[in-house]
Amino acid sequence: MVDKHDLNKGERQEEPFIICKNINKWFGSLHVLKNVSLEVRRGEVIVIIGPSGSGKSTFIRTINALEEIQQGEIIVDGISLSENIDHIDAIRKETGMVFQQFNLFPHMTILDNITLAPIWVRKWPKAKAVEIALELLERVGIHDQAKKYPGQLSGGQQQRVAIARALAMQPKIILFDEPTSALDPEMIKEVLDVMKTLAGSGMTLLVVTHEMNFAREVADRAVFFDGGEIIESGTPAQLFENPQHDRTKLFLSQIL
Amino acid sequence: MFETKPRYRSIIWLKENLFNSWANSILTCLSAIVIFFIVKGILTFMFFTGKWDVISANLKILMVGQYPVVEVWRIWLALCLTVFLLGISWGSRKGFFTMISVAIIAVFAVIAMLPFISMTSKAWLLLGIALSVAGYWLGRTVSFAKKLNLALWLVCIPFMLILLNGFGIFKKVNSNFWGGFLLTILIAVVTIVFSFPLGILLSLGRRSKLVVIRWFSIIYIEVIRGVPLITVLFGAQLLLPLFIGNGIELNNVLRVMIGFTLFNAAYVAETVRGGMQAIPRGQYEAAEALGLNFVQKTTFIIMPQALRNVIPALVGTVIEVFKDTSLVAIVSLMDLLGIAKRIIANPEFLGRQMEVFIFVAGVFLILCLLLSKVSRSLEVSLACGKR
Amino acid sequence: MQKKVAIPIWKNKKALPVLLQSMFVILIAALGIFLITNAIEGLRQIGIKLGFDFFNSTASFSIDDKLIAYTPRDSYGRALLVGLLNTVKVGAIGIVISAVIGLFIGIGRLSDNWLIKKLTGGYVELIRNTPLLIQIFFLYFAVLLPLPRIEKNINIYNLFYFSNRGTAIPWFTAKPSFGVWLVFLAVGIILAIILWRVMLKKQVESGKARYPFIWSIGSIVLMLLAAYLLTSGLPVGISIPRIKGVLFEGGYVISSEFAAILLGLIIYHSAFIAEIVRAGIMAVPKGQIEAAKALGLKKGTIMRLVILPQASRIIIPSATSQFLNLFKNSTLAIAVGYTDLFSIGNTIINQTGRAIEIMILMALVYLIVSLAISLFMNYFNKHFQLVER
Repeated sequence: MVDKHDLNKGERQEEPFIICKNINKWFGSLHVLKNVSLEVRRGEVIVIIGPSGSGKSTFIRTINALEEIQQGEIIVDGISLSENIDHIDAIRKETGMVFQQFNLFPHMTILDNITLAPIWVRKWPKAKAVEIALELLERVGIHDQAKKYPGQLSGGQQQRVAIARALAMQPKIILFDEPTSALDPEMIKEVLDVMKTLAGSGMTLLVVTHEMNFAREVADRAVFFDGGEIIESGTPAQLFENPQHDRTKLFLSQIL
Repeated sequence: MFETKPRYRSIIWLKENLFNSWANSILTCLSAIVIFFIVKGILTFMFFTGKWDVISANLKILMVGQYPVVEVWRIWLALCLTVFLLGISWGSRKGFFTMISVAIIAVFAVIAMLPFISMTSKAWLLLGIALSVAGYWLGRTVSFAKKLNLALWLVCIPFMLILLNGFGIFKKVNSNFWGGFLLTILIAVVTIVFSFPLGILLSLGRRSKLVVIRWFSIIYIEVIRGVPLITVLFGAQLLLPLFIGNGIELNNVLRVMIGFTLFNAAYVAETVRGGMQAIPRGQYEAAEALGLNFVQKTTFIIMPQALRNVIPALVGTVIEVFKDTSLVAIVSLMDLLGIAKRIIANPEFLGRQMEVFIFVAGVFLILCLLLSKVSRSLEVSLACGKR
Repeated sequence: MQKKVAIPIWKNKKALPVLLQSMFVILIAALGIFLITNAIEGLRQIGIKLGFDFFNSTASFSIDDKLIAYTPRDSYGRALLVGLLNTVKVGAIGIVISAVIGLFIGIGRLSDNWLIKKLTGGYVELIRNTPLLIQIFFLYFAVLLPLPRIEKNINIYNLFYFSNRGTAIPWFTAKPSFGVWLVFLAVGIILAIILWRVMLKKQVESGKARYPFIWSIGSIVLMLLAAYLLTSGLPVGISIPRIKGVLFEGGYVISSEFAAILLGLIIYHSAFIAEIVRAGIMAVPKGQIEAAKALGLKKGTIMRLVILPQASRIIIPSATSQFLNLFKNSTLAIAVGYTDLFSIGNTIINQTGRAIEIMILMALVYLIVSLAISLFMNYFNKHFQLVER
């Protein structure tokens, strides 16, 4: 068991929920993350934008230890991400992730997809897990498909199920890795609506996306990533209307 | 347009499929002649010149070897028990168990109708059919059938072993006396049951990030796949006693089973590895992001998908195991083929080689064809919800 | 400042792999030591010392089917060599013939002639679902051995004889001039290749027909003619088998054992190769055939120039592993008494008790062949992909 008290600065609400300090990562000789530092507070919605290959997806994968870092410090909810397996497990319980390719488990029903982790990782009784799962399915707008298989749903439906799956673990933050990039245009809205509702309910979100309108409507902060480092950050209004750096201006001119 | 009359339709079919060009017409005529001679030869042999009493006289030893005749009822009982349990699975789960049970009933019915089967055997066969149907009904009506089924299977397997061997409760029948088709099935089943888990472990080891384990798995798999099965069987027979030492006694059958299991595990490992390679990396990531540990990830996410991906290949492995059991005849084990060889060496049945080998080949043929059908229906029932 | 709490080793992500691997190594080493000490003790009790020097001892058993000279006075080493050559003989002939037959049956499976399709289909299903050993036994015990004795043999025009002692066919006997002919033929072939290249290049450059094909064939014919004039005779004679008492004299005798294992292997593996060929051909996109037909090519040409080359990319890897299987299955020769490498090895084990050394040798030989074939396949795959791009 991890005792948070002897690890860190203590659990005070003013403290940032996630602290990333000077993260450096190399793939062989390729320096993919260069001195990245970021702080996320409880309830914040942060949007990360940037060109492909800039390291945004790699960066958010370091937060729940899907990718390793060679240098730097990551602290999530007071738990420091280190080589201790218990720490990694604890952090993964508190962080949910939604992937670009949905990554639902094709051989299990929707309901089983959602209840798998709560039963086996959080060790909840099956009845409780099922109840919560059905509730979440209602919330994301898919209440009658619980017994179907992922292959029978549309892309938009699958992604909403993926969000429900992440929510079922009752995490304190959800990481989104380009959640709408693999969707047909007519389905993007339904997924973004769910994410907006989530943001409105106070959930902490860290979203990598190209959907600028979403950022403008919901994000507290926008961060521009390029070449493995954070170039600029600010409120969406600041970043989009008044970019300071040239690279930011270049990128925004290409997509806005 | 308009419906062609049935008479014209068959003529059109003939024209399109058999005589649509000069070359094809000649081929058709030649093949028809060849087929005619082959079929004539086969039918004459089967019904006229072939002397099938060699089979009816030796049916018992072909099926169960030198198992004492008075104790054969125990084998029948074990068989009926298996059929009953499969019937329950059929009723409670449907799916591919339907295929298996229906096939069993069909085979039993056909055998029961053959002329040279004894009355007691016919009685047992009919009992088997009845039990299968009873099991089906039980599986459908009883509500906790699935759990009951599992529990029954677990209890019955040791019970069946006791039935077959004796172990004090019944009269002991040494494994040296198990022979014929019984031995073939036994070796095949044991090999499959033990080589599959071992193969899965090996395939996990082959993909492991731990260097030592990976190299061990690679060397094991490549060495085993590079040598013929016969060398492994001979090796097991000749070398295993030497390496295990004087303390442990291994009879022939056990040695062969060990050799076979170690051999087949390598092939299962390669097949499962192929299945694992087809799983997208995102599945691993999603499982890890949810907090599943290695065992949970492998058991719930990776293995089910990997195995589903390669069902045809896995059933192919099962079919190969059944076929390869015939090789134990070379190390002088009295399996179905071994008994066949002994029969044709018997001066009483001189000149009956063809009948005996056709019978043995026929048994394997039916078995393998049935397994192929089961494989196809397994694929269908596990292809979950493809749009 | 964060307190550095010592992480127990089984929770440390970096140290855990090392721990697990060490445990694994210890486990395997323990097992290995157990097995080896048992073996050493067992060997000591029997009184055998491990070593390969027994290869020089006299074999004292005879071998009938042999490609090189051998008598029972020769050493075990030579006996093993005879066996190895026999294995290679069965393997090579088996691979070539089963490939050809498999190719035709595979194409037949896709024929638009319904009868051919069903016939080949039935054949393949029958052969693939019956164990190889049974097929070999069937051929040996039910077909070849029951053939009549030599005195009452079946023969075709007194040229081909079938008996239970083997099949005799007319064969070539090398005359002294054979060597000379061989040299001339080799020169002719080299000249042919050179002339073909040169003439083709000239044809392409000048645009005028230069008939490279005729030049190359012509040079071979000329060389052979020269050899004939020089040696005033033919390089080979034909030897026709005759029956002397209870033996064949002359010609080439194919023993029943060899015939059984060879035929068994060919029939069995050709069925598998047929399936591989069929899968490969079916994998060629239909658009290719449509395009070829639109160009006006005939069916045979389409198969030869469009389908087969593309299908080969898929067929070759699977076919190679089938060839490897055939080679490994040749060890079943022991079941019918054909003296291949494994069978001779087994005889030696029976005589000397040297199971470990012989088994190691067997394993090595087959492993080396497997690895060689795998390497060839890798090279071939890469080569084909280069050609594609």
